[in-house]
Amino acid sequence: MGAFFSGLTLFAYFLASGLFLTFFLTQRKGLSHCGAWSMAVGLVNHTLAILAAILDQGLLAVATFNGALLVFAWALVAASLLAFWRHPIQVLGALVAPLAALIVSGSLIFPSRMGVVSPTLRSFWVYLHIILAFGGSAALTLAGLGGILYLLQERQLKNKNFGFFYRRLPSLEQLDALNYRCLTVGFPLLTGAIVTGSLYAQLTLGRFWSWDPKELLTLVAWLIYAVLLHERLAVGWRGRRAALMAIGGFLFLMITLVGANLWLSSYHSFAAFTQPP
Amino acid sequence: MNLVLVGLNHKTAPVELREKLGGLVSDDEAAYSHLQGQPAVQEVLFYRTCNRVEVLCVTEDAPAATQQVKAFLARAPEVSPAELDASLYNYLDGEAVRHLFRVAASLDALVVGEPQILGQVKEAYRQATRNRATGAVLNRLMHKTFSVAKKVRTETGIGDHAVSVSYAAVSLGRKIFGNLAGKTALLVGAGEMAELALEHLKRQGVARFIIANRTLERGMKLARRFGGVAVSLEELEEQLLTADIVISSTGSDSHILTAGQVRGVMRRRKQRPLFLIDIAVPRDLDPRINDLDNVYLYNIDDLKEVVEHNLHRRREEAVKAERLVAEEALKFMDWLATLAVFPTIVSLREKAQAICQAELKKTLSQMGPLSEEQQQALKVLTHAVAHKLLHDPIMYLKNNHHRKRSRQELDLIRRIFNLDPESSS
Repeated sequence: MGAFFSGLTLFAYFLASGLFLTFFLTQRKGLSHCGAWSMAVGLVNHTLAILAAILDQGLLAVATFNGALLVFAWALVAASLLAFWRHPIQVLGALVAPLAALIVSGSLIFPSRMGVVSPTLRSFWVYLHIILAFGGSAALTLAGLGGILYLLQERQLKNKNFGFFYRRLPSLEQLDALNYRCLTVGFPLLTGAIVTGSLYAQLTLGRFWSWDPKELLTLVAWLIYAVLLHERLAVGWRGRRAALMAIGGFLFLMITLVGANLWLSSYHSFAAFTQPP
Repeated sequence: MNLVLVGLNHKTAPVELREKLGGLVSDDEAAYSHLQGQPAVQEVLFYRTCNRVEVLCVTEDAPAATQQVKAFLARAPEVSPAELDASLYNYLDGEAVRHLFRVAASLDALVVGEPQILGQVKEAYRQATRNRATGAVLNRLMHKTFSVAKKVRTETGIGDHAVSVSYAAVSLGRKIFGNLAGKTALLVGAGEMAELALEHLKRQGVARFIIANRTLERGMKLARRFGGVAVSLEELEEQLLTADIVISSTGSDSHILTAGQVRGVMRRRKQRPLFLIDIAVPRDLDPRINDLDNVYLYNIDDLKEVVEHNLHRRREEAVKAERLVAEEALKFMDWLATLAVFPTIVSLREKAQAICQAELKKTLSQMGPLSEEQQQALKVLTHAVAHKLLHDPIMYLKNNHHRKRSRQELDLIRRIFNLDPESSS
C-alpha cells in the first residue's frame, strides 16, 4: 500500500516540477495553477503513504532515514502550499516541487532498515519534538529557497541586467515578505522543538544538553535565525542580509537532517533509534 | 456620407494648448449641445486623453463640418486661431477610421501600448451616447474600435513591453516594490521628463507626491496638479525618510545627494527599500549610492537599457498591429459604403411595392368576384415577380459595388430605375 501511494506521490511531484519549470520558461499562468493542483494531489497521496507507513511500522516511522525524508518532504510541500495562499510566488514552485520530488525519490531509494524502536522514544514528547522540528525546518527551508530567489533578483536589479531572470522572478518586496513570514512561523517551531527535546532529555537521560553534533548544528542554525529575527525587528534588517542569513540557516538545517544519518556517534542518528530485531 | 476627424495631440501641440482645449470639452453637455447644433454635423463624438483632444463626426459635407469643428475648438479661451490652426490635423473617411483605431489601440500614444487610452475612449463614447450625439454610423464604428483595440492587445505583444523611460521606471518599481499603490514619490526638480514619470506613477496608484524644487513656485504648481506637497531643496534629506521612489532631474552641476547621506537616511528609515531614478544630465545622484543595501539607483542610460531591450520586439509587434488596424479600417469603410447603398435599395423595393399594389388594384377591380384564395394567389404572384426581378440588382448593389466608383454606379442605378423623378427630369 505504502509503495503504491509513494509512487503516485512521486509521479505528482515530478509532474508539478515539469509544470512549474515550464511555467518559469513560458510564463503561462495556467501552468502554475496546474502545478499547484498537481502538488496538492501529490500531498494527498503523500499523506496516505505516510499513514500506510505508520499502520505498518508504528507511529515512529520517521525513525529511519527514508522515513524522515518522506515526512520532511511532506512538511515542505504542505508549507509551500500554505505559503501560496498568502504569498502568490509561483516561481517558488519551480524550486519546491523538484526538491520534494528528489527527497521522496531519495526516501524510496535508501534501503529501509526498520528495527525495533527503543522504548524510551515512545513518548508524546518525542512525537511533539519531531512534529515541531519538521514543521520548523519546512518553513525555514522555504525562507532559504526564497532567499536564493531574492539574491538572484537583487543581483539583476543592482547590475541593471534586465534579462531572463529579471522578467521571471517576483519583486523583491514579495520575496522579503516571504522571508519574514517563514521566519516568524519557523523560528518559534524550531525553538519549540529544541525546548521539548531538551526537556525530554532531562527527563530520560538526566541532562538537558548532550553536545551531540545534531544538537550543536541546530543550535548554530537557531542562533542565526535568532540574530536575524532580532535585527529585523530592532533595526529593520531586510533584503540581501536577511536572504543570506536565511540561506545560511537553511544550510545548517540541511546538514543536521542529512548528517544525522552520517554521524553515527550522535544519539540523534537513525541507527541509534532502533536496534536490529 | 463622410467621416471627419479633427484634433491635436502631443506631437502637434504643446501641453499648454492641450490643457486649454481639454478645459473646453470638460463640460460635455455644453460641448455636445454646441456641436450638435452645427448644421453640417450629423453624429459627433469627442474624446480627450492626457495627450490629445479629438472630435469625430459624421457629415454629408466634409469641408463645412471640418470648419465648424475647428470653429468650436477655437472657442476655447486664450487660444489664438493661428496657433490652433498650426497644431490641428484633420482626417477624412478611411484615414479617420484608421486614426481612431490607432488611438484606441494605443499605437498613436506617447507611450505606445499603454492600456489606459482605451478606457478613456470608452468613457467618451458613454458620454456621447448619454448626450444622444451618436447614431448608426458612430455606434457601429465605436464598437468596431473597441474590438480592434482588444484584438491588437491580444494578438500582438504591443502592451507587454516597457517602452518609454517613465514606463521603464514604473516597471522597475514593480520589481522592487511589487506594487506601487500607496507608495510615496519624491520629485527633485520639476522638468518635463519628471512630470511625465509622475503621471505614470499616479496612474499606478502612488499615493503621495512630494515635489522639491529650486524655485518653489514651479514646485507648487506641479504639486497642485498632482495633489502633492511642495518643499525646498534644503529639506531633501528629511524628505527622503518618507519617500519610496525618488525621481531627480535638476540642472545642478554637482551631486545633490552623496552615498554617505543616503547611508545615514537608510539607517533612519529602518532599511526600507529606496528606488532612485536620476534622469538629469549631468547626474544629480552619486553613482556609489547604488552600492548600498536596499537602495536601487538608475540613471537615464540604465532606464534606456530597459527600453532598448524590448525595442526590437516592439517594432515587430507594432508592424503587426498597424497591419491589423489597416485591415479593420478597410473593412469598416466597406460597411460604410454598403450603408450608402441602403437608401437606394429601400427606394427600389418601395417602387416595386407601389407598382405591385397599383397593378393588383387595377386587375382585381376588372376581374370581378374572386375567392379569398384566388386574390391571395394573385398577390403572391405579383410580389414574387417583382422580388425576383429586383433580386439581382440589389445583390449587385450590396456585394459587387466598386469602392472607388460606387457613387457613379449608384447614380446609374437610380437613373435606370428612375428613382428620383424630379431631379432626372
